[in-house]
Amino acid sequence: MTTLTEAPAPVEQRGKERKPRRNLTPWMLLLPGLLWLTVFFLVPILTSVSASVQTGNYDDGFKLTWHFANYRDALLNFGPQYWHSLLFSVITTVFCLALAYPVAYFIAFKGGKWKTLLMALVIVPSFTSFLIRTIAWKTILADNGSVVHVLNDLHLLKITTALGWTVGNHVLASPAAVVCGMVYNFLPFTILPLYTSLEKIDPRLHEAGADLYCGPFQTWRRVTLPLSMPGVIGGTLLTFIPAVGDYINAQLLGNPNTTVVGQRIEDLFLRQSNGYPVGSAMSVVMMVGTLVIVMTYIWRAGTEDLL
Amino acid sequence: MATQTISAPATGGDAPLKVRRRSPLAWAKSHVLLVVTVLVFVFMLLPNAVILWMSFNSPDGKFNYTWHKFSLDAWKNPCSNSTMCHSIGLSLEIGVVATIIATILGTMIAFAMVRHRFKMRSGINALLFLPMAAPEVVMGATLAALFFNTIGPGAMGFWTITIAHVMFCISYVVVTVKSRLAGMDPTLERAAQDLYATPTQTFMKVTLPLVAPGIGAAALLAFAISIDDYIITVFTAGNSETFPMYIFGSVQRAYPAQIDVIGSLMLLGTMSVIAVSQILNQMRTSRKK
Repeated sequence: MTTLTEAPAPVEQRGKERKPRRNLTPWMLLLPGLLWLTVFFLVPILTSVSASVQTGNYDDGFKLTWHFANYRDALLNFGPQYWHSLLFSVITTVFCLALAYPVAYFIAFKGGKWKTLLMALVIVPSFTSFLIRTIAWKTILADNGSVVHVLNDLHLLKITTALGWTVGNHVLASPAAVVCGMVYNFLPFTILPLYTSLEKIDPRLHEAGADLYCGPFQTWRRVTLPLSMPGVIGGTLLTFIPAVGDYINAQLLGNPNTTVVGQRIEDLFLRQSNGYPVGSAMSVVMMVGTLVIVMTYIWRAGTEDLL
Repeated sequence: MATQTISAPATGGDAPLKVRRRSPLAWAKSHVLLVVTVLVFVFMLLPNAVILWMSFNSPDGKFNYTWHKFSLDAWKNPCSNSTMCHSIGLSLEIGVVATIIATILGTMIAFAMVRHRFKMRSGINALLFLPMAAPEVVMGATLAALFFNTIGPGAMGFWTITIAHVMFCISYVVVTVKSRLAGMDPTLERAAQDLYATPTQTFMKVTLPLVAPGIGAAALLAFAISIDDYIITVFTAGNSETFPMYIFGSVQRAYPAQIDVIGSLMLLGTMSVIAVSQILNQMRTSRKK
């Protein structure tokens, strides 16, 4: 019987405590982390917008002079780099989607009891540092390696060189090697979201498609593909955004004619005494450009979904 | 279109239920899928095989890019190059410190986001999403600009790298812990309170053990991202050198087989940790039965 009389007490206590807490607790929890992100992410981005219109050098310091000519330099002097960054990241995203979709489809619908193991195999390579794995492509694509021999025997290297994808009798130090490295590096990021959204699709919908006289391709086109669109969009973003900023593959597997924006920004920031304002201007251009492309893509994908 | 509509019922109309087994088109399709999947897996696993293979090489010259002859030298003294092992030590230290800070801050944010109501939620969500969406080189360059302006290039090193790593790890921790918290049964905590547990007791004995796997996964993810980062690190490092920076520099200087040994150890080490934890898990569940 004592429990009956005691029972309301904690409820009352809780009620008293909760009112002031309701306003403060979340902010106490949020404050340190958000402060960190504000000081070390948001403020630097805003500072760099200001830095992009400064002039000066490291010895005398930089001054805000509203020097908009930095943007002219950033845009006009590095035209090929913007073009390469855009071209490589778009081609990489297309290749990644084309390769990841069948793999994710196979694991999701035909994987059976091997599903977990196959998905683990997708992630396992990344336990080794991505730099070591990218450099391993130098061995695979080397001039005396089997890849180059096979391509040479099939006379394919002549065609790719004529198209400008490879240079001379080499695969290394060419646009093709850069794209190969990028596709290799970003493929897991395309497979994971695609697999997650394909895995949720009820396989009985395929049977329903067949029952309604759809061939396998029609079933895929009209049932599976629309249902897997969230994965396609997620995979595209997870591949394209890091691919735009990536310059590791261009640096390690490319040549002086395949330089991308990131390489120039790093060069301007770390190796040139007065490169910091133009480097900041290039970062701003790149950030705004990526944002515009991504927003357009999301907007287009969103409206197509509704149609 | 006309031929399609006529031919489609012909294949589907015979026996709709058996269509997926008998139609030669479906058979071919499933095998095309299999072939593509196998080829893509070869593509994804080939570099790891090459790294393991090249770790047994005795390079002919400075760069361990082409096979010369078999040797166990690199495996016998992986630390013959002290610069490399110093850089690995620095990477591990930064990884541990950054993981601890990012996991604590990120878990706190995740709890606030899932358990509390407050204003400006969408703004906070945007602030958490942006570091995952911004190109790394932009974050690195802008952060470098901030550090140049405030403390100067000379003072950059361990702490500036750690600060940067915490910054981009927080969002990943929040996402991981949030998904675990959102999937939790809230009645368990109410049951604890009904049994006269204080809020602290409820948190320590019910909530925390239930969220722990999510926090653990988030910490592992943060550590993996931190230890593997090159771009942001190179902008914030000053004169220090982490392991990814050492590898990148080796492409210009000399690329010893020891790097391939470390690359193989990273893979084999994590794989054996996973295997052991799987076996322990199975032993635990079978003992319970």
